[in-house]
Amino acid sequence: MASASLPDSPLLTSAKIVIAGGFGVGKTTCVQSISEIPPINTEAWMTAASETVDRLDPGIDKTTTTVAMDFGRLTIGSDLVLYLFGTPGQPRFWPMWDDLCRGAVGALVLADTRNLEASFPAVNYFEQDSDVPFVVCVNLFDGVLTHQLEDIRAALTLSVEVPLITCDARDPSSVARALLAVVEHTMTRTTGAVPGALAAR
Amino acid sequence: MPTTYWKVRPYVLTGGRARTRQHLLVHTLVSVPFYDAIFASGLLPEARSLYEQARQTRSVAELSAVCGMSLGVTRVVVDDLAATDRLQIHDGHYTTQFDLHLLERLRDGLRQLA
Repeated sequence: MASASLPDSPLLTSAKIVIAGGFGVGKTTCVQSISEIPPINTEAWMTAASETVDRLDPGIDKTTTTVAMDFGRLTIGSDLVLYLFGTPGQPRFWPMWDDLCRGAVGALVLADTRNLEASFPAVNYFEQDSDVPFVVCVNLFDGVLTHQLEDIRAALTLSVEVPLITCDARDPSSVARALLAVVEHTMTRTTGAVPGALAAR
Repeated sequence: MPTTYWKVRPYVLTGGRARTRQHLLVHTLVSVPFYDAIFASGLLPEARSLYEQARQTRSVAELSAVCGMSLGVTRVVVDDLAATDRLQIHDGHYTTQFDLHLLERLRDGLRQLA
């Protein structure tokens, strides 16, 4: 783990990847597993009065949720730091997505095959309402892929240009590979073909 | 994390302003170029707290979190301090987030973690 403070360089630059997906798909876990600082959960756009507790389906033991957004940080080099921002999961936070996504390198949309519908709005958002290149990533709860990726692609009606990958949100190196896929996808989207980038998966 | 809750409406502090001169993204880095204790002592408590916290380079979102201020208010306070060069905004030397060199560096950095 790198130190808690950033390198003190006037040339320090930051980049951002957005972690999106439905409520309870593992966004917070994903940010948590790779961040070098304890993930900060901030009620950035909220006042205390609107704080609520959201409920998941019975059987999922999660009673609280990301109220606004959470974020983590990853130092890439002495002059570059990558921020990860988890999007607020609930529909009432939609207007904040534009703000969060502005200037993002790319987005990782997490999906849970047990609750695929939860990620439909996020996929729709990046397909229709945003220019941010995105990759859809099936979070392997319990480390098992329960459906074929092609079936999941069909269920999400995902176009072939959008990469569909898997990861285990609890595993830092798995999350790093997923983020790598996002960066490589952005490179192919913005600079034309990058040799070997897609073949690597 | 501080759990200070606003007892007054947040934008009272900014005089109702919610816009900034320059666009500050949530991940934009901010720092104090030269710390001035006398200047700090003359600031309002919220602005002072932000000024102190920014002695260490931080993003707008981090400042919002550590100071317990909403993002909108944080942006206005940062913008005000930056207008008089009390805060430095690291615009970065990449013109866009899709700069090939930037993407390559991110890719190589992530590869080492993968």
